[in-house]
Amino acid sequence: MQNKQLLQLNGIPAFTGKEECKRFCMTHKKLDIMQVNMGRKCNLFCKHCHIEAGFDRPEVMNRAVMEACLQVFEKNHFTILDITGGAPEMNPDFQWFVEEAARRKIHTIVRTNLVILEEEGYRHLPELYARLKIEVVASLPYYTEKDTDRQRGKGVFSSCISMLQQLNRLGYGATPDLMLNLVYNPGGAFLPPDQISLTVDFKRKLYDLYGISFNNLYTLTNNPIGRFSEFLQRSGNMTAYLNRLVAAYNPATVENMMCRNQLSVGWDGLLYDCDFNQALGLTINGINHIQDLIDKPLTARKIVFGNHCYACTAGAGSSCGGAIA
Amino acid sequence: MKTYYNPEDLAQFENMGEDAKVLWEKFIAYYSQVFAEGALTAREKALIAFGVAHAVQCPYCIDSYTRTLLEMGVNQEQMIEAVHAAAAIRGGATLAHGMQAKNIIKSLEL
Repeated sequence: MQNKQLLQLNGIPAFTGKEECKRFCMTHKKLDIMQVNMGRKCNLFCKHCHIEAGFDRPEVMNRAVMEACLQVFEKNHFTILDITGGAPEMNPDFQWFVEEAARRKIHTIVRTNLVILEEEGYRHLPELYARLKIEVVASLPYYTEKDTDRQRGKGVFSSCISMLQQLNRLGYGATPDLMLNLVYNPGGAFLPPDQISLTVDFKRKLYDLYGISFNNLYTLTNNPIGRFSEFLQRSGNMTAYLNRLVAAYNPATVENMMCRNQLSVGWDGLLYDCDFNQALGLTINGINHIQDLIDKPLTARKIVFGNHCYACTAGAGSSCGGAIA
Repeated sequence: MKTYYNPEDLAQFENMGEDAKVLWEKFIAYYSQVFAEGALTAREKALIAFGVAHAVQCPYCIDSYTRTLLEMGVNQEQMIEAVHAAAAIRGGATLAHGMQAKNIIKSLEL
């Protein structure tokens, strides 16, 4: 599956041949972000999902891996614990993990689809997030129901709006220690808009229509892998989309690619440069399991680049924190 | 099937400069300046271009500006409103020209 996806990206100039990729092919010696993917289980079935998450996915991180993550985090002085999935909240040990991180005074980000927070068994989590001062990064592809539901499923938009209003009532988006950031990704085979101008639109529309406030909007580019790859193939857009990414390659983005400053941990403890490499099964160079890192120093490593990396370097660039150039 | 319009021609547009290099360069410089950020935003100008593209029924421009607007965060609902703005002006202009016919009729009838 993964190899087939990489093969589909072979008809374009090699990303690794770019001058900047050779120049910035190493991670920093000291990394700031540990991104932990707690599993592929999710209550949604989004059309663009690069890890093809869904309710029937069995991959779930266990507590031993989480404990190893926290040990490696502290030992190597990471500064941000970035928790993602799937829907990370669906991991049975999720609450233990975020509470343990808070006890260790670790700044934690949870990437949520918001909808899960309205479901039975998860409704207490917004209050928990606020109490632990967790930074919430929430998916919201657009400020209209039609565009959001087309991508993420029927009823998702109204659920997101309701949850964003609840987060606002808890102080999110209004107080400095309760950060609420939104994530936009394009609803099809095209690049994201300028992050600053779209932020203005999102802020105006969401406040005027629903009274919602938030801190930052991150614009992300859809990576041509996973479920989005299937869409590109099915719709006959793959070649044109890859050519669009290549044509929009921006050398100024490479130095700031997120893989240079992070370690990505998979549900089973395997290590990757980013969540996209994780989806493709491309583990990092060197020691590639979190539990093997507990007693070993983390050193700068050569990043495993591929042609899917054009998605992070097109236009203003793309990362889990939005545009990078 | 042969048609008068070929989507691949859009990417060949710059070939129009082959026989009139100076004029082409002046056109491109002007075009680029027109669509740069100014008193209007680049997005507002692209929406105007999109509406005009429909009014003059240019398939190349419609193709190009639809893609441009998607990458500017404009959704289908907003684009269709722009098409209606173009349609309203075309329809209104047609109706307004009816005054010419009425004036001629008035000048000729008993």
